[in-house]
Amino acid sequence: MWDWNYVLDVLPQLLSALKMTVWITLCSFVVSLIVGLLLALAARSRFKPLAYVTKGIIEFIRNTPLLVQVFFLYYSLPLLMGVSIPAFYAGVIGLGLHYSTYLSEVYRSGIEAVPKGQWEAATALNYTKGQTWRIVILPQAIPPIIPVLGNYLIVMFKETPILSAITLVEMMLTAKNVVSQSFRAFEPYTLVGILFLAISYIASLLVQRLEKRMNLLRGK
Amino acid sequence: MSTTVIESGEEASRENASLRDKPGTGNTPIVRYQGVTKSFGDVQVLKGIDLEMMPGEKVAVIGPSGSGKTTMGRMLMTLEEPTEGTIELDGELLWHMRVKDRLVRADEKHLHRMRGHVGMVFQHFNLFPHMNVLRNVTEAPRKVLGLSKEEAEERAVSMLGKVGLADKLKMYPSHLSGGQKQRVAIARALVMKPKVMVFDEVTSALDPELVGEVLEVIREIAEEGEMAMMLITHEMDFAKEIADRVIFGADGRIVEQGTPEEIFENPQSERLQSFLQRFRAQGI
Repeated sequence: MWDWNYVLDVLPQLLSALKMTVWITLCSFVVSLIVGLLLALAARSRFKPLAYVTKGIIEFIRNTPLLVQVFFLYYSLPLLMGVSIPAFYAGVIGLGLHYSTYLSEVYRSGIEAVPKGQWEAATALNYTKGQTWRIVILPQAIPPIIPVLGNYLIVMFKETPILSAITLVEMMLTAKNVVSQSFRAFEPYTLVGILFLAISYIASLLVQRLEKRMNLLRGK
Repeated sequence: MSTTVIESGEEASRENASLRDKPGTGNTPIVRYQGVTKSFGDVQVLKGIDLEMMPGEKVAVIGPSGSGKTTMGRMLMTLEEPTEGTIELDGELLWHMRVKDRLVRADEKHLHRMRGHVGMVFQHFNLFPHMNVLRNVTEAPRKVLGLSKEEAEERAVSMLGKVGLADKLKMYPSHLSGGQKQRVAIARALVMKPKVMVFDEVTSALDPELVGEVLEVIREIAEEGEMAMMLITHEMDFAKEIADRVIFGADGRIVEQGTPEEIFENPQSERLQSFLQRFRAQGI
């Protein structure tokens, strides 16, 4: 049943798709890291309308499926606005934006864990608002949440097959294409699963090591 | 608040000013509270504070917990906004700006400028745990005052030497004792060279055996004399020794003020008498 020759045949294709998949994941992760931070900051703004709108956007994105969002970006936006976004960018924006709403929550927990006295000390030293964030608050808020952010990176990696729905040629779509030619589904899909497992497992080990390193650095 | 009390305080401070201050600091108060109140929700913690401090003057604020002492200091550091009344700093309004003869709340730019005259040392130190001792003390001079790295380090090292921590530059706060942390915090506030410094119960969170080293440092700073100091404290002996003037606050008002001798040897109000009695009975 398991044909090693067939495996060796399809493996190169899957590995090159894996590269693409990792690349998409990393790009989306960068988007979600940046947008997530901006959302977290905007949701805390003293300018109430901005805070409310931001919270509304976060709820909206979280409560609609990722698949619908990428469909919208890829298929509907060109009809509505006349701009067509290449599948890669639609995928990166869709995945990144979706997870930015989760990451904003992670940032929020990190920010709220910084004691009030730190804000007050920053005020007493006459730092501006921006300096307070950059020099005092974020350097304390972010290190403790790095492991959680790392776990979201892994979650996002495993979400990439959704992007096959907008013709983004990542591992899943590559496997599907192979299957549609050879009519042998067992090996390609199994291989995809194993590759996901391998990368995710290695990544989670790295996150664990990072967590230990961070704790050591913080003297705990 | 009766005006006579303020005047007597002012006279006392003028004497001290003539003893200690360089010429030119003049007779303009560095700090002036006028009719300041503060409410948190329904609770009015300050019920009308009038207070003046002269440049270089050391004022100790004593009183029972919950008397609003700390709130008074925090207002000067712009951490708490007065509900009513005004605070002047070096002759300029702190929390307000005058727009067409009307007082409006000051914007962040104004507060930022005024804040530069004030420093604060907190009960719980509030050191930055992610920076070593040296960076705790150099970061604000560099980023806020715009000093070069070399200038900031020179200033910081000399200040840390003064508080007896020249050998701890590379240590992180988590490896310091409470007393050491508080001395770093004092150095951190001092390098900004404020005109007024608020010491908010700076020994209250310390183990008893560490209180002395911190008070010793504050004593030395006080002896240098240039900076006005508001010492919110429970250390009566220390207040007596260091302060030019002692203020006794209770229930959101200044009940009595005068020289340390007047306050501690010859208290007038019943409130103060019973407060001091209770303190002595506790043997503190």
